[in-house]
Amino acid sequence: MQKVIKHAAMDALKVGLLGLLLFGPMTGMLLDGYGIHYAPSRAFWLVGLLLLGRFMVVVVMNSPALSGVADLFKRKDRVEVVVSPMGQQHHKILVVLTLMVAMALPFLLSKYWLNVAILALIYILLGLGLNIVVGLAGLLDLGFVAFYAVGAYSYALGAEYLGLSFWQAIPFAALLAASFGAVLGFPVLRMHGDYLAIVTLGFGEIIRLVLNNWISLTGGPNGLRTPLPTLFGMEFTKRATQGGTPYHEVLGQWMEIDYSRAARYVFIYVTLLVVVTLLVYMVQRLKRMPIGRAWEALREDEIACRSLGINHVMVKLSAFSMGAMVGGVGGVFFAASQGFVNPASFTFFESALILAIVVLGGLGSVVGVIVAAVVLTVLPELLRDFTEYRVLIFGCAMVVMMVWRPRGLLRIHRPEFVVEKRVP
Amino acid sequence: MNSYVIGQQLVNGVVLGSIYGLIAVGYTMVYGIIGMINFAHGEIYMISAYLTAITLAVLTTWGVDSVFLALILTLISSIAFTALYGWTVERIAYRPLRRSTRLAPLISAIGMSLVLQNYVRLAQGSRNQGVPSLMEGNLRLVGENPEQFVQVTYVQLVIVLTALISMGILSWTIQKTALGRACRATQQDRVMAELLGVNTDRIISVVFVLGASMAAVAGVLVTVNYGSFDFHVGFVTGIKAFTAAVLGGIGSLPGAMLGGLILGLSESFFAGFVNSDYKDVFAFSILVLVLIFKPSGLLGRPAVEKV
Repeated sequence: MQKVIKHAAMDALKVGLLGLLLFGPMTGMLLDGYGIHYAPSRAFWLVGLLLLGRFMVVVVMNSPALSGVADLFKRKDRVEVVVSPMGQQHHKILVVLTLMVAMALPFLLSKYWLNVAILALIYILLGLGLNIVVGLAGLLDLGFVAFYAVGAYSYALGAEYLGLSFWQAIPFAALLAASFGAVLGFPVLRMHGDYLAIVTLGFGEIIRLVLNNWISLTGGPNGLRTPLPTLFGMEFTKRATQGGTPYHEVLGQWMEIDYSRAARYVFIYVTLLVVVTLLVYMVQRLKRMPIGRAWEALREDEIACRSLGINHVMVKLSAFSMGAMVGGVGGVFFAASQGFVNPASFTFFESALILAIVVLGGLGSVVGVIVAAVVLTVLPELLRDFTEYRVLIFGCAMVVMMVWRPRGLLRIHRPEFVVEKRVP
Repeated sequence: MNSYVIGQQLVNGVVLGSIYGLIAVGYTMVYGIIGMINFAHGEIYMISAYLTAITLAVLTTWGVDSVFLALILTLISSIAFTALYGWTVERIAYRPLRRSTRLAPLISAIGMSLVLQNYVRLAQGSRNQGVPSLMEGNLRLVGENPEQFVQVTYVQLVIVLTALISMGILSWTIQKTALGRACRATQQDRVMAELLGVNTDRIISVVFVLGASMAAVAGVLVTVNYGSFDFHVGFVTGIKAFTAAVLGGIGSLPGAMLGGLILGLSESFFAGFVNSDYKDVFAFSILVLVLIFKPSGLLGRPAVEKV
C-alpha cells in the first residue's frame, strides 16, 4: 500500500507540473485589452484538482484492495453480444410505457418545457438519422447539419416561393435532402474514414456559407420566417390569416375549446412523436433486413464485404440518402417549431453535437441514441449554470468514451437466430 | 484589373500561403506517421495566438522595448507552451487508441478540438482579443505613384522570412538528424522501425511536438500581422491548412509548403478579383474537388489499399 501511495504521489506531482505549465499562462493570466490581468488562484485551483484527481485515480487503479472498483473502469472495446429471447417481452412493456409517458407529456408540461421536449425529439430524430450513416454503415459524416439545413430551408423557401404548406414540405424536404445525400454520396464512394469525414465537413460548411451569403434568395444572416403549421386547414393562431380558420373556431362547433398559445407546440410535439416512433420501428426492422446487415458488414470490413459480392455502391448510397432524408425531416420540424430559420443554427457545432449523441449512445444502438439525445438536451436546461460548460463536457465525453468504451455505453443487441433447446 | 493590383495580390497571397504552409506541415506529418487527421491541430494554432498575446502583454509590463527581442521571446515562449499542448493532446486522446478502429481516434480528435476551443473560451472569455501593432512602415517594391504601387509591409517581410527559416530548420531536422531519420523510418514502416530499435511512441510524440511548434510559429506571425483573434479562429484556418496539405499530397513535407502557397495565392486572387464574400466557399470547394479528383495530391504517393 505504501508503495502504491508513493507511486501515486510521484505520478500526481508529474501531472501537476505539466498542468501548471498548461493551465498557468492560459487561466492565470487574463488578457485585458492590450494589458494583462493576473488571476493565479484560478490556475492553482485547476492544478490542485488535477493533482488530487490523478492521485486518486492511480491509487484506485493500483491498490489490490480496490481491484473491484478498478475493474469497472478498465477499458472495454469488445462487442458484447447479448442474445436473450426472453428479453423481448420486457422490451414491449418498456416501449408501451415510454410511449404512454411521451403521449401524456404535453398535458403535463409548461410551454417552456414543451419546447425543450420538442427540441429533444428533434435531436432524437437527427441522432437516429446520423446513426444510420455513422453507427450502422460506419461512414463518418461530419456535415450532417447540411441535410438538416436543407430540410429547414426547403420548408422556409418552399413556403416563400412555392407556397408549400407544412404537410407538403415534409415529403418535399425529405426528397430534396435524400437527393442531396445521394449527390454527395456519389463522389465520396471511393473514400473512406478520414477523407470522407473531411469532405462531408467541407460540404456542410459550403451549404452554410452559401445560405449566409446568398442574401437575395435566403435573406442571409437575417434568415427567413416560416409559416405556422396547419392541421386539416386549421390554423394554430388566434385569428385567421388568409382564408384559413383558427382551430378553436372549428373545434369549438363540437366541444368547448378555447384558444391557447401552447396548442401549436402540442401539435408539433405529437406529430414529431409519431414520426420518431415510426422511424424507430423502421430502423429496428431495417437492421434485421439484408440492407441493414449489409450496412453493418460494410462498417466492420469493407474489403471483405466487397469480396463477398455485396454491392458497396448501393449500400453506401442507401445509408447516405436514408440518413439525409431523416435529417431533412428533422429540419422541417425545427423550422416549424422556431417559426424562423437562419444560417446560425446550422454550424459545425451542431454536427458535432449530433455526432456526440450518436457516439455517447453507442454506435449503432437505437435506444442509446434516444437516451443520449434526451440527456444532452434536457440536462443543460435543468442545470442552468452548467450550459457554459456544456460543449466542454461534450468534448471530454467524446474523448473519454472513445478511449474507455469505443463501442458505446449500451450493449449492442445483434439480431441473431437462436436454436431452441428441445427435450429429446 | 491592372498589373499593380495583380502584384499586390501576389504579395498578399504569398504571405497567406506561407502561413497555411506552416500549419499544413503539422497535418501532413501526423497523417504521414499515424494515418489520422489531427482535428485538434487548428485549435493548437489558436492557442498559440492566445499565448502570443499573453507573452507580448507580459513583455510590455516588464518593459521590453526592442521589437526584435520581443518577437524572438514571443516565438520561444509560444513554441514551448504550444508544443506542450500538442504533446498532451497526443498523450491523452490518441495514444490509447493506437490499435483501435479508424473511427475512434477521429472522434476523439473532434472531442479534443471541442475541449480546447471551449477551455480557451472559458479561460479567456469569448470576446475578440488583440495585440498592439509592433512594426509600422512598408517597402515599395514597384511604382512610386501614390495610386499605383506594389508594397510589402515589414510585418509581411518578417512573416515570409520567419516561415522560410522555420521550414528550413524543420526540413533539416527531418532530412539530416538521427531523430529525423527515425521519423522517416517510422513513417515508412512502423513495425519494422520498432523491430530495429526505434521507440515509435516517442517518435510519434516528437512529430506532434514538431507539428505543434510549426503551428505556434504561424500563430505568432498571424497575430502580429492582423492583431486580432478570438477562440474561434482555429476552425476555419485549420480546415484551410488541411486543404493545403491535401492539395500538396498529404504525408509530403514539400507538398504541404507548395499546397499552402497555391491555396494562399488562389484565395487571395479569388478574394481580390471575384468575390470576397465567397472566399471561404471557394477554399472549401477546392478541398472537396481535390479530394474527389486527386486524393493523393500534387506531390503525394497514391494510397495502396491493403487486402
